[in-house]
Amino acid sequence: MEFVFILEQVLNGLLIGANYLLIALGLSLIFSLGGVVNLAHGAFYAVGAYLTVALAPSIGFGGAVIVSPFLVALLGLVIERLLLSRFYRGDPILSLLLTFGLAMVAEQSLRMIFGAAPVPFSIPLFLRGQVFLGEFIYSKYRLLILLVAVVCVAGLWLLLKRTAFGRVVRAGVQNPDMVAALGISLKPYMTAVVMIAVALAALAGTMMAPVTGVTPTMGAEILTFAFVVVVIGGLGSFWGVVCAAMIVGIVRGLAAYAFPPATEAAVYLLMVLVLLLRPRGLFGERIQRFE
Amino acid sequence: MSMTEFPRSTRRALLTGGAALLAMPSISYGQADVLKIGHLTPRTGFLGPLGEFAVQAAALAAEQINAAGGINGRKVEVLFEDSVNPQTASSKAERYTQRDKVTCIVGEINSASALAIGQVVQREKVLFINTGANSDALRGSDCRRYMFHTEAQNTMMVKAAGRAILDQGLVRGKRYYALTADYAFGHDLLRVANKYLSENGGSIGGSDLVPTELTDFSPFLLKLRQARPDVVICNLAGAQITNFLKQYSEFGLRFPVAGFGFDTALAWGAGPGNFLGTWPVVWHHLLEAPSAKAFTAAFRAKYNRPPENQGWSDYTAMKVIAQSMNEIKSIDPTKVVEHLESGAKFDVFKSREGYFRAADHQLMMEMFAITALPAGQARNAYDIFTTSAAMPAASENLETMAASKEENACTFPA
Repeated sequence: MEFVFILEQVLNGLLIGANYLLIALGLSLIFSLGGVVNLAHGAFYAVGAYLTVALAPSIGFGGAVIVSPFLVALLGLVIERLLLSRFYRGDPILSLLLTFGLAMVAEQSLRMIFGAAPVPFSIPLFLRGQVFLGEFIYSKYRLLILLVAVVCVAGLWLLLKRTAFGRVVRAGVQNPDMVAALGISLKPYMTAVVMIAVALAALAGTMMAPVTGVTPTMGAEILTFAFVVVVIGGLGSFWGVVCAAMIVGIVRGLAAYAFPPATEAAVYLLMVLVLLLRPRGLFGERIQRFE
Repeated sequence: MSMTEFPRSTRRALLTGGAALLAMPSISYGQADVLKIGHLTPRTGFLGPLGEFAVQAAALAAEQINAAGGINGRKVEVLFEDSVNPQTASSKAERYTQRDKVTCIVGEINSASALAIGQVVQREKVLFINTGANSDALRGSDCRRYMFHTEAQNTMMVKAAGRAILDQGLVRGKRYYALTADYAFGHDLLRVANKYLSENGGSIGGSDLVPTELTDFSPFLLKLRQARPDVVICNLAGAQITNFLKQYSEFGLRFPVAGFGFDTALAWGAGPGNFLGTWPVVWHHLLEAPSAKAFTAAFRAKYNRPPENQGWSDYTAMKVIAQSMNEIKSIDPTKVVEHLESGAKFDVFKSREGYFRAADHQLMMEMFAITALPAGQARNAYDIFTTSAAMPAASENLETMAASKEENACTFPA
């Protein structure tokens, strides 16, 4: 009996991991290609959620799932062109300060526009309900989140592995100077990567809005976890991030089961352990310019 | 500016200033024309949603106090600061008292920050009205001569919700599973809740401390389902309660839910259909007392939404300060403390008047329990619950809701 409940927590952990995945992958992509630790990434997640709440009454939840990430991608385009693009080759501390500032501006703007109180938003009626698999119970809506995450991960992987766009991006991650020497400008690729990354974050915000409190601080809360996932997974490693998200989810679930006060701390302990044993993360690649 | 422009006004100012100095020979309270009140409460972080109501209500109260002639003929000016955490709260309280020379400090929600402010005002001898921190310790082992509480203590919250769920048959002979926020407030609340429930025949079926940063409750919902308790006791804090409620209804769990710490903004944030269970509140916007209705109407007119219980507390504290200082015609903190300790009665925007208990400085007042309306019965986004009658009943002593001297003794430090 006990085993069933532990198995249940492990499966649930895998699903929780999927929630972090969409944010962590984008964070990892921007860092790998641009060398920018995007501390504003959580802000795009929050903006995505708030846009969904604002748009859903007029275009429905289904419409918001499409429109909200699209609008956030446009926001990403503006921010990348005007601000981020100035810092790719600069001291990392500058882009760190910039994105930290952006995150604060975004959080306070949301507070000023929508108020500090959580904004009510519920799962659309047709997506409510639970799925029972023997002893195992799960929310239908979360299975949908899992499905969306799987589709996005697969799509992103195909984009990076199977397209000309992906080849340039991967080459740019490894050796931007060589890419430049071949006469390819990384500028438009970087813009596209930022747009894709923030759109994924906004999609995560949209999907999470019905099941978590929609508050101005939601971005900062999720960012820490996404960051830990990237660190554990290892820089530049697509599947490293995917595995790390799943492992973090499982560790949280098991900690909640065995020793609840350590539910959050367990994840950080895991990070410390990984950094001690494998400083580059689980599947971290050796990237010349970051050595 | 040339010298010829202002000789008259300078002389007048000099005379007024001199008169003010004569009136208050020993202590100067900053500028003679405005009276400064320092508002200090969390405006960001997980208590930020409540702090926003506190700030709005304090601003509304100041507006009304000034429209009615101010305090002893002087205009009130409220300074606002985000208290962030105990360290910041302490240094901002010091800045308020030493640099801004405020007459008193109003606010706070976090019990640890309230304790830090209490230490500052005790040293600086400035009045502090705590409007949002619930910990019993602030009224017991950590009580301070210059600190008063319009917010209910944990014991009052537990007794209010406890009476309601006792009536619903959810305590006697029932097994409960408690989820508790893992910090000072939660620990204090859990202690008082366990005491109340065991005294009334309930038994513990499970108990988890939950980190305050946790936003995903699914592992705990699976545990609840495994434990199959008769009732789920939610002692979480701030925006966490909103998360919990949304996910509890997402997972379709059917165990009755009750909580011992609550704020109506969290119910509004969860939304109709997700909000469920029975919860204690110190005040809510559906109360019928005339002064309560007037406050609700004024707040709605100014901010386009009904006030929340946190707003009530800061509004009440401001009105208590103005009324007291006007009655004793002094802003001397020591005299105000004596006045509040004398059992002076105040309209606290409920049916019965309230007063501060001299022994621990807790406002004695009516409490309420609210119960979520079944899905589909809510008329709008705010009126999503029904209320109990005021507790205690009109025939009972107000002090029956509060912790007794034996339960929570306070000895004011000199």
